Amino acid sequence: MGVYAVGARAEGDVILGYDSFRPSTFVDAFRFMYENPGLMWSKTVEHLVISGEAMGIALLIAIPLGIWLGHLHRGSFLAINLANIGRALPSLAVIAIGLGVFGIGTTNVAVALVILAFPLMLTNTYVGVDSLDPDPIEAARGMGMRPYQIVLKIELPLALPLIFAGIKTAAVYVVATATLGGVVGGGGLGDIIVNQASYFLKGVIAASIAVAALAFAASFAFGLLQWAVTPRGLRRRVEMIEPDVSTGVGEAAVT
Amino acid sequence: MIITALAASTPPVIPNYGGPPGGKHGCIAQNGTFCWDWVKGHWGDILQPRLLEHLELTAIAVGIGFAIAFAAALLAHRKRWFETPFGAFSAFLYTIPSLALFQLLVPFTGLTMLTIEIGLVGYTLLILFRNILAGLRGVPEEVLEAAQGMGLTRLQVLLRVELPLALPAISAGIRIAVVTTISLATVAAYITPLGLGQPIFNGLQTDFTTEFVATGALAVALAICADSALVAAQWAFTPWVRARRAT
Repeated sequence: MGVYAVGARAEGDVILGYDSFRPSTFVDAFRFMYENPGLMWSKTVEHLVISGEAMGIALLIAIPLGIWLGHLHRGSFLAINLANIGRALPSLAVIAIGLGVFGIGTTNVAVALVILAFPLMLTNTYVGVDSLDPDPIEAARGMGMRPYQIVLKIELPLALPLIFAGIKTAAVYVVATATLGGVVGGGGLGDIIVNQASYFLKGVIAASIAVAALAFAASFAFGLLQWAVTPRGLRRRVEMIEPDVSTGVGEAAVT
Repeated sequence: MIITALAASTPPVIPNYGGPPGGKHGCIAQNGTFCWDWVKGHWGDILQPRLLEHLELTAIAVGIGFAIAFAAALLAHRKRWFETPFGAFSAFLYTIPSLALFQLLVPFTGLTMLTIEIGLVGYTLLILFRNILAGLRGVPEEVLEAAQGMGLTRLQVLLRVELPLALPAISAGIRIAVVTTISLATVAAYITPLGLGQPIFNGLQTDFTTEFVATGALAVALAICADSALVAAQWAFTPWVRARRAT
């Protein structure tokens, strides 16, 4: 696990011992992508697979749980505080603890990403369902709808904007954080970013651009999915910055 | 019985006073997942100094970041055109993966604390700028008109009306900035061995599990404590929000 930048301790060294920076390095970064399509492609796929696994697992747990708690208007203390703790968790520390528990490999990165993504989704889903206008729900009950029909036909569609705000925030956060997997041998584009010795600064920049592009693409893809699953009558102009209760500001995530 | 049998068959063990605490077959020697002996033994020389360094890194970064973001938000509040360029600039900084940003700064500022702080300050700007500006913009129009009608100058309106009313949004921004900075400062140790990230990376490099698990746990505890402390401070400094909620 020789992942620590060699020479990083030598105070006053120009750079980690490998490469210096020129303005043309940015051009070189794009040339790097062009000249190493196989490497870039395989690392991007690894990155997507691990992010996708984590997102899938977190979605499957957080969304039903959030809808259920929100429907019953219970567990607000749990849902709100989980988000605060989840947002506070230092990602590298979670990955380090996961490495101790699960050993080296992709499992611990995936588990860490699930832990980091889960609270963002749960809180947004919970608040989205819990804070709905009670009138349509009572009307639906008056019409003789059963509880599961109320959940599926009334509450879920109306809560979609907030649910997807949480999913999009989590997606950006997961894609950005998966980069840290490179530190613990978890694969993905982080492998390039932590290996300046082999790929030089141009490779580091190329992989960073790929990570940022993936994060935007993930957010955009979930935006499209939101548009597709929202009933026609509820569709509105998609806003650039969705309100997100877990962060207070609509924002991307850096890691 | 087994112990006596072993003692009879093997030569007497000479105690190794230079070995790790816990002995030859103890947790540290076996590289266990979490050895309490190591934490106790190295609290004084590794964990506590690194914890204080981490707090220092975070405080400096959030302090400088707040000063810049506050000035920018005030300017954007008065001159609307300033919002877009500064917002775009800070959002651009925010999208750069931190592991890469710290490496990119090294050719300019070297393997120093300055490199870490520039990176950390850059990441706080977006959070703080957006929250401060949202707080200032959220002040109701009637309140501002009433203040002007009472004859307050622009500076008095800012200090006595706008800033107090924006305080909840501003402190929410500080809270997010602090926990984000604590998280990113661990990553920054990849470049310069400062803060709690240093034992994490050192443990990863030497494959000594307890070091990175225990330090990781300490970093998690620090983040959660800092978050709770800021909630308490927010609660103490905004009594009018509590009063509004109670009624």
